[in-house]
Amino acid sequence: MTKAPPDPVIDEKTQRMIDGLIAAEQRAMAERAAESEDCDCKEGMFPTRSSRRNFLFAAGGTAGAAAALMAAPAAAQKAPPGAQYFDVPDDPTKVPGRPVAGDGGYGSRSQFESEVRVRYPTPNENTSWSLTPLDKMVGNLTASGLHFERHHNGIPTIDPSKHVVVVHGMVDKPLKFTMADLKRFPSVTRRHFIECSGNGLTEWKKPTLKTVQGTHGLLSTSEWTGVPFATIAREVGLKDGGTWVLAEGADAAVMTRSIPMEKMLKDAMLAYGQNGEAIRPEQGYPVRLLLPGYEGNTHIKWLRRLEVSDKPFMTREETSKYTDLMGNGKARQFTLDMDAKSVITFPSGDMKLPGPGFYNITGLAWSGHGRVQSVDVSLDGGKTWYPARIDSLPEPMATVRFSFPWMWDGKPAILQSRCTDETGYIQPTLQQLVAIRGDNGPTGSVYHLNAIQSWGVAADGSVTNVHA
Amino acid sequence: MSMRKLCIAAALVAATSLPAAAQVQTHYGFGSPATPQDLAKYFSIPADGTGLPPGSGTAAKGATLFAENCAACHGDKLQGNPAAGLGGDRLIGGRGTLASNAPVKTVESYWPYATTLFDYVKRAMPFTSPGTLSDDEVYSLVAYILAEGNVIKPNETMDAKSLPKVVMPNRDGFEPDPRRELRLYR
Repeated sequence: MTKAPPDPVIDEKTQRMIDGLIAAEQRAMAERAAESEDCDCKEGMFPTRSSRRNFLFAAGGTAGAAAALMAAPAAAQKAPPGAQYFDVPDDPTKVPGRPVAGDGGYGSRSQFESEVRVRYPTPNENTSWSLTPLDKMVGNLTASGLHFERHHNGIPTIDPSKHVVVVHGMVDKPLKFTMADLKRFPSVTRRHFIECSGNGLTEWKKPTLKTVQGTHGLLSTSEWTGVPFATIAREVGLKDGGTWVLAEGADAAVMTRSIPMEKMLKDAMLAYGQNGEAIRPEQGYPVRLLLPGYEGNTHIKWLRRLEVSDKPFMTREETSKYTDLMGNGKARQFTLDMDAKSVITFPSGDMKLPGPGFYNITGLAWSGHGRVQSVDVSLDGGKTWYPARIDSLPEPMATVRFSFPWMWDGKPAILQSRCTDETGYIQPTLQQLVAIRGDNGPTGSVYHLNAIQSWGVAADGSVTNVHA
Repeated sequence: MSMRKLCIAAALVAATSLPAAAQVQTHYGFGSPATPQDLAKYFSIPADGTGLPPGSGTAAKGATLFAENCAACHGDKLQGNPAAGLGGDRLIGGRGTLASNAPVKTVESYWPYATTLFDYVKRAMPFTSPGTLSDDEVYSLVAYILAEGNVIKPNETMDAKSLPKVVMPNRDGFEPDPRRELRLYR
């Protein structure tokens, strides 16, 4: 009897990460199920939000709790995170609404909207990440409160009046900039995605997570405002031979990464604005480095220092972490670019189509190498492809929303999307990536999975994560 | 002077006396000099050891410090993740596993430079009170971890001179990013 080839084993730490993600997703799905348990459209994909069950999300709803809450006074009602609870009149045209600016001058989302980021339950809650609910999002930008997070030792609280960014090293004139200094410079405003290089790390070996929030939720897009590094570079004066720039954060991890000078002078930005207001604390308040198209961890948050050098610093985050171990035992280093990728967000995993008929397939596509040129959709697992419609303006290193009109005949289908970027790069299949990077891909190379995603639609309308 | 000419003259005066808003600016003069005192609190140690501080440490001293400051998360055998709820990385072992189906990535088996260990421990450890160790203590902890991983001898002293000379087992285990992967263009 011949010995079977060893099953690719995932290293112990990665396995813990994957187990944790599965558990987190299961909890989030259970909460959603509880939320819709008395919904008459339970089998549908768009549960209507007409009853008080919606408020049970934060309270963790059971039938007993539901009864108690229904009877409780309004003050006891719980709104989802980011919302406030208000009594719901039977007919909103028959009673005056709420007063203008009664919210204190800063609005909140509807109490009927409950989507939240899901935190990956690392043993330590300070070094963890949370995933954007892509399945419930509309349009192209990510709401600031739903932008995915990855922190290496928590979210620091920083008084902007005391924060300084120092720029030194191989420069003529080392300078420090207050936030007021930075905001005096002319700024640029650009829409860019940020994606964690670990997005999809559970999906190399087999379809693991059930929802698109789990498989692709370490992706978000914002409009960022800030000062180009080139402007700051002229202020300090770059010396000959400066080929790398170390960026350092003011968090408890004092996170550092070395960035090629070429990139810094191409389009790096010291960003203090996000979606029209100050950047959120989770995103680096008061200022972060933004490196369009680079892997998320390089966009150093809470930026406090830039040091120009003639070599990379070989920090922990570019040696021990964020390097890609291949099947041959060698690791790729400074794998900074995020390659072209796309995913269908509707229909996607854990949804259920009510029956045959018309569905507007929609999703997101992006590339770290420029604009999205085109997106194709397949209904048969990649055998045949059809051009999708691009629903938003393609911009460099920004997501686009795409869609595809689909008349479902009720037969099983496998939905895929495939992005082609402006360089002509075509989003690969998982098989192509594994063939190049080694069959223990999931073991060493958990990062940079940009393969085509497949969603299986069964005859009963249920949608699941599959490998095809 | 006709009224018309007067108007034109007035307009010219207004135009030429506009502030310099229309001029192209390449330098703004914002920010203030960063003095050596300002810069003294920062460090980042590259592989050649530039910027390593004075001081030294040994594995013997590091063993005690490790038990007090590190073992709770990294395990008393440096094996990592001793209990649920902690999750520190495994620090030693795993040599020869990187090309296998069960690679074990530790300081000993994976990290290419010993200087990175010094930089990271000084920067970000202990997790709950980062940046509180003295340079002597960091040198000692680095010596302990490297000695336990059989990268240095148990009695070697680690300091600014010796640390950059440590040759890590996986120093040559890294390669530049080969993407674009040409096989995707076949």
